[in-house]
Parts: sequence; structure tokens; C-alpha cells
Amino acid sequence: MLRFAILVLMVLPALARAQQVTSAFLDNGMQVVVIEDHRAPAIFHSVWYRTGAADEPPGASGAAHFLEHLMFKATDTLAAGELSARVAALGGSDNAATSSDYTFYYQRIAADRLPVVMRMEADRMRNLRLTPDVIDTERGVIIEERNQRVENDPDALAREQGMAAQYLNHPYGAPVIGWMHEIEALGAADVMDFYHLYYSPNNAILVVAGDVTPGEVMAFAREYFGPIPPAPDLPERIRPDEPPQRAARHLLYADARVAQPHLWRTYLAPERNAGDQRDAAALVYLAEILGGSPFTSVLARDLTYDSRIATDTSAGYQGTSLDVTTFRLAVTPAAGVTPEQAEAAMDASLARFLDEGVDPARFERLRTQLRASEIYARDNVAGLAQRYGAALTSGLSVEDVQDWPRILLEVSAADVMRVARAVLVPERSVTTWVTPGEEEN
Amino acid sequence: MRRLLAAAVLCLAALPLRAEIAIQELTSPGGIGVWLVEEHSIPFVALEIRLRGGANLDEPGRRGATNAMVWLMNEGSGDMDSRAFAEASEALAAHFSFGVTDDALSVSAMMLTENLDAASDLLALALTEPRFDADAIERMRADVLQTIARRAMNPGAIAGDTLNAMAYPGHPYGSDLKGTADSVAALTRDDILAAWHNAMTRQDAYVAAVGDITPEALGALVDKVLGGLPAGAPPGPPHVDYALPGGTTVVDFPTPQSVAVFAQRGIAIDDPRYFAASLVNRVLGDGMESRLMQELREKRGLTYGVGTFLAPRDLSAMILGSFASANATMGEAVALVRGEWAKIAATGITADELEFARTWMTGEYPLRFDGNGAIARILVGMQMVGLPADYVLHRNDYVDAVTLDQANRVAAELFDPDGLHVVVVGRPEGLEDASTP
Repeated sequence: MLRFAILVLMVLPALARAQQVTSAFLDNGMQVVVIEDHRAPAIFHSVWYRTGAADEPPGASGAAHFLEHLMFKATDTLAAGELSARVAALGGSDNAATSSDYTFYYQRIAADRLPVVMRMEADRMRNLRLTPDVIDTERGVIIEERNQRVENDPDALAREQGMAAQYLNHPYGAPVIGWMHEIEALGAADVMDFYHLYYSPNNAILVVAGDVTPGEVMAFAREYFGPIPPAPDLPERIRPDEPPQRAARHLLYADARVAQPHLWRTYLAPERNAGDQRDAAALVYLAEILGGSPFTSVLARDLTYDSRIATDTSAGYQGTSLDVTTFRLAVTPAAGVTPEQAEAAMDASLARFLDEGVDPARFERLRTQLRASEIYARDNVAGLAQRYGAALTSGLSVEDVQDWPRILLEVSAADVMRVARAVLVPERSVTTWVTPGEEEN
Repeated sequence: MRRLLAAAVLCLAALPLRAEIAIQELTSPGGIGVWLVEEHSIPFVALEIRLRGGANLDEPGRRGATNAMVWLMNEGSGDMDSRAFAEASEALAAHFSFGVTDDALSVSAMMLTENLDAASDLLALALTEPRFDADAIERMRADVLQTIARRAMNPGAIAGDTLNAMAYPGHPYGSDLKGTADSVAALTRDDILAAWHNAMTRQDAYVAAVGDITPEALGALVDKVLGGLPAGAPPGPPHVDYALPGGTTVVDFPTPQSVAVFAQRGIAIDDPRYFAASLVNRVLGDGMESRLMQELREKRGLTYGVGTFLAPRDLSAMILGSFASANATMGEAVALVRGEWAKIAATGITADELEFARTWMTGEYPLRFDGNGAIARILVGMQMVGLPADYVLHRNDYVDAVTLDQANRVAAELFDPDGLHVVVVGRPEGLEDASTP
């Protein structure tokens, strides 16, 4: 039985024919989202848990990601690795990913294999069986993953330091993969506590996209996920807030493996919130205007074209986040330009932008591009599924996801300048210089 | 008069359920071949173009010229400088990207139906009237020189470059297509113009489009985009034999985790044993269930991932693989790779392994056709290696036809443990008989 009637919603009523998206709930509280796309006989089947690295207890960084790896090991009915092997034997592919706010598992496979993958996914929601040797070996894999992604990459090491400096109090300051000394100490209790606390149907969302109908997805979901009882006492996701930032923070990261000095800056910035996405939408524009194009953005104009200060500039904003997010700027100085000179030029460029405002022609082109990006996005059904999964695990609703393109198109130049003045405050910034060599230079 | 011939319309019956992809083989009025899949449900067109030649056409002493030329393709054309060109493409929300490999140039475009004429005008202008302005050349030079400097500090790039230099001395395949700091510093506008004349020709052009467009409109569009290019291309370099004997080479680099890249001679894509070799490679090192992944990662936790793949290029073929492991465990991991290499050459694969690889390979194939851009890339790739459009109908039959005897014959003939050369960058421990480059 459905708790609510199925809502049939269109992604983009304003644009041509759109994918149909439906949302419903099982009796045990599990949300089911179906995105229909019948162009190819394939599906993207995914289960999203509303838990990630920022939900880990203090001292156990990396537990969410460690559990994600161990979810591919044995259950009561599947041997270690069997789920992936069965998916591969059917020509499919599978993987998983952990972020600060969510963990998700997916399979890309022929549409007629839906019940096969859903049965196995439901099985590992509750029936994981871990042994000490499996945990020890996988810890080694994760240490090598951290070596590969972070320890061997000076930029990644510097980014990690920058985020730790940005978030003094909120767990977003810890890396998703975990600090090395805490990974090394993670054991069965850490991951199984996390599993039992968070892996339940009322903390999960099933997102299936592709050549399926909502009716068949709901029928299989009731059969496989329906019998799993909801967790009675899911903790609320309340993380420590950041204190007010009263002083700019500067980091200097030096590493012999850095070939070119570069710098970046983050500012704390508001995220998309349920029913309240306007500021986040304006920040999407701000990132594009400041650093979205190597040709026409403000930083490119001032630092690459009108001067030869930088070879590369960029800006970024990820609004889909449960808690306060960041707005980022990055500059790669040209040869012979110091990070100090490049930072001064970046600051002068920001000041000029705050003074002069948005170029109306650029603003209109951006609106055109954002509208078009919704058309292009429909070519990638797995990308659409991930859009819903990330939003629904970050405090947003299906309606918020559907409203987002319209809200983007309603942003005004005045909105952009308002959020720019609110976010680009020097005292609330963290700036990291990444330089070659072991010493200051 | 338009001369537009629909030579064949195929249904991809090999796909499960009701999918069908109707590939139309067309010739434009101007005589350019193009494959089309009409897909009118989303109002845009994905266009993929490949021009054979690529960085192999760099002239002696001008390594990096073709890459530099491609870098400059969206830096201004006709009467528009780089910013004016960018503003024009932004106003149309058209996406153009230009790339180069050793063997080919690539042009990828996504254009909205609502302004397809104007967007394709802009693409034609980019290809046929690039400006190569002096300031754009200097921006390119600064950026590429930084990229070259970063590669020199990246253990994976160092390993790959070291291996290629030893495998293909004196041939373009032996050096990175971005060039060296010296060669890029010396590039002139004339060098870049020469690279454009050499590489941007329609003699070996391959085109595929998928999306909201009719055959007639596509024919005109292709003529507009490519018709203005010269027809003749210079000869490229000759085929080259993979020349690297087996061994172990260590490049000292101060980093906590060593990176290994390994290779041996490969198999050409038109070799009748290619499907059998692909299946054997899947068993050895392609995927989580492969022998190497099981031995290095699943049983011992020595690496986050190890992979091998067949790497046939136009002028030579390799089998390549790579992984990373902490310095202290690299010796153990390399020994395991060599052991599995010797084992598969000596005893081949089992019937169960063949069946697993086969069902994966045939099941995975139709899943690739999952979007306009993806399908266009598949179709242009098929043309590049000379496959007919109806290959998509028979490809899984070729896979299914491989017998265990054929697989094990190619395992013995192709996989060569004595010819396997491993390059390790880092401070690895436990490697015996290693030399330095």
C-alpha cells in the first residue's frame, strides 16, 4: 500500500516533452523516485542513504566511506564480491560513492534485470556479515585509496587543509575519506554501529531512472524493500554550527611536488534549502559570472586578458548540501607572478565587480545557457537520477528539485549583487597558497 | 541538387526489449560520409567529427604544434577574437570542444535545435577560419608550459612518458603530444598554421550525428562545417614496432605511494583474434572480478585498483596496465602481476572464466548506447576503425563465437611474461633487477 498517492510531476513544464518523474513512499517510509526515459532499454538503479561523512562520531572520520566499501562484502545470502560479480555477469556495472551528506549505491544494467539488482540491494541494507580479515584487508585498500587520491597529490593535501581551516566546528572540515590516523584505527564496531544506526528503509531513497514504469518499480520495491522494518529511532541530523568568522584565514602549503604555485579561496555560503532556493540560485550565477568561462568571466577578463597575471581562473559553488556550503575562487598565476600578486589582483577584480555590477549582456547569455543546460541534461538519465538523489539526501524535496530550473531562470541581476555582497566578505574568507619547495618562497 | 543517399537503415535487434537504433549511412551533397541516428525527443543534436592524423603529423622539431593548434581552435575565428567567439557561442548555448590524440583530431558539438543554423555557422568558422592571434598564442604557450611542468611532477605521467620513450624511440608515440618545454617555447605562428594545414583536412574525416535533425538538414550542415577544408592530407609517420624488451625500470620520485605502468607488445584491432584477446584480458585485469584485482586488492589490500587493457593505435599496439601501491608493498605487488602474467600465458583461462567474460561483454554492449552524445561517439569510433554500420548487429555474435581453445591459444601467443616491462615511479621497496632509465 502506498502512503500517499503517486504524484506525477514534470521536470520542466516550460520545455518541450520532459521526462516523467514520480515519487511515492512505501509503508516503511522508504521514498521511491522513478524517472522514465524509454530511449534505451537500460536502467540506473540506485539507493541513497541520508548519511555521510558529516554524520560520523568524532574520532571516526572515514567510517561512512569504509562502510561503503564493506557493503560489497558478504551478506547472509551473498558471498563477498558476489553482488558486483552477478551484475557484471549480466553485462552491468556497479559502484557506490560517499559524500559528506549521503552515501549511494548504484547499478547500470539492462532494464529487465531490475528485480535482480533490487533484491540484492535490499539484502545488503540489513544482512551484511563482516569478518575481521575482510575488514583488515579492506582497510589496506582504503589506505591505498587515500594514498592515491590525497597523499600522492599535493593539491589534494592542500585542499584538505583549506577545508579544515574553513570549518572550525562543523564536520565538513574533515575529509570524506577520513584522516589517515583515524582510518588506520577504524574497526568493525565503528562501521557496524554506523550501519545499524543509519541503514534502514526510512532513511533511504530508491531512485530508478530509465526504461521502467512507476508501477513495476513500486511493485518490486514493495516486494523487496517493503518487508524491511523501519528504524524506530533515527537520529536527527543536527551538526554543530560554524561560529561567526571574524578574521580572514590564510594558509601557506609548501610541497616539493608542486610544479606551479596557485591559490584558492573559500567563503562560507548559504546552501539550497527546502522552499528557499533563491539565494543559492543567485550564487550559481555569481560563480558563472566570476569564473565560469575562461574567456568571458570577470576574473578571466581582469587577470588573463586585460593583464597577464594568471593563466587560469575559476569559481565554483555547490548548492546541494545539508548545511552551510562554500563558494570558491581559484587562480593559477602566470610564470613569474607570485601568489601574493595574484591574490591582490583577484581582490581588485572582485572589488571592481562589486562596484560595477553585472554586465547585462553576460547575464542574459548566462540565462540562455542555464535554460539550455536543462535540455542537454535530459540526455543523461543517470545524471538526472543523481540530481534527485543528492537533493533528497540534502534536505530538499522532489518539488524543490522540480522548482529549481524555474527559480534559476527567475534570478535577477540585483539578486546576484545582493548575494555577492553578502558572501564575498574578506573577513569571512579562507585563502590557501600552494607553493613549490619545503620553505616559504 | 542535393545528392543524399540513405544507404542502409538498420535496427539494432541485438538489443534486448524493444530498443532500436536506426543508423542511416548518408553521403552529403558535397560527398562527405556521415552516419545519423534521428532522435527527436530532445531538442538538440550531438555531432562528433574525427580527422585522422592528429599529433602524429607534428613536423620534426615541432612536437606540440598540433596540440597547440587544437588548443587555439576556440580562440577566435573570422572577424571574432577569442572573447567575441566565446560570447557568440554562449548566446547560442552551443558547446564545442576540440581534442587531439596521437592518431586524430576530435570535434564534439552539442547544439540546440532552435538555433542549429547559427551554431553550425559558428562551428564552421572555428574550423575553417581560425585566427591564431598573437595574444592567444601567448596564452596557449603559458598554459601548455604549465601543464608540461605539472606532468613532470606527476608520478603517473612520468611513468607513462618513461615507458613510451623506451618503447618508441624516435617516433611520435615515444613522446607526449604536448611537446617539451623547449619545443613549445619555440613554436611560432607559422608552425601552428602549418599544423592546421596538415591536420585539418577532410580527406580522412569521419562524422556521426545523433539527435533532432533530418538527413537533409544534416547533409547541408556537414558540408557547411567540413566542406571548406582542404581535401589533401600529408602522409603521417610509418607503422612502428613496439621495441621495449621485458624488464623493470625505476624512476626515483619522492612520494609515499609508487605508481607502476606496465606494457608489452599488443594486438591490432583488425586481428581476427581480437575478440578472444579482449576476453582473456577481461579475465586477467579488466574489472573487479579479474585475477589481478582479486590478487592485489581483494585478497591482500595492496592497491585501490589495478587494470589492464588492449591499447591498439593506428601505428602500433600495446597491452597496457597500471596500479599504485605504497612504496613498502610495491615489490610484492609487481611480483604478483608478473606471476599472473606468466600463469595466464602458460595455462590460459577456464571455461567458467570465459563464460563470465563473455556474458559481461555481450550484456554490456547495448548499455553503451544510452544517450545522443554516447551513441554519436560510438558511431564515429566505428568508422575510425573501418567497421560497417551493421557491425552493431553482429558484434555480440563475434564475441559468442570465441571458443575456449581460441581464447587459450591467444593467451599463449599474445601474453608474454618475459616481454612485460614495468616502470615504477616512487621509492619502491623489494624490486629486484631494476634499472634506471
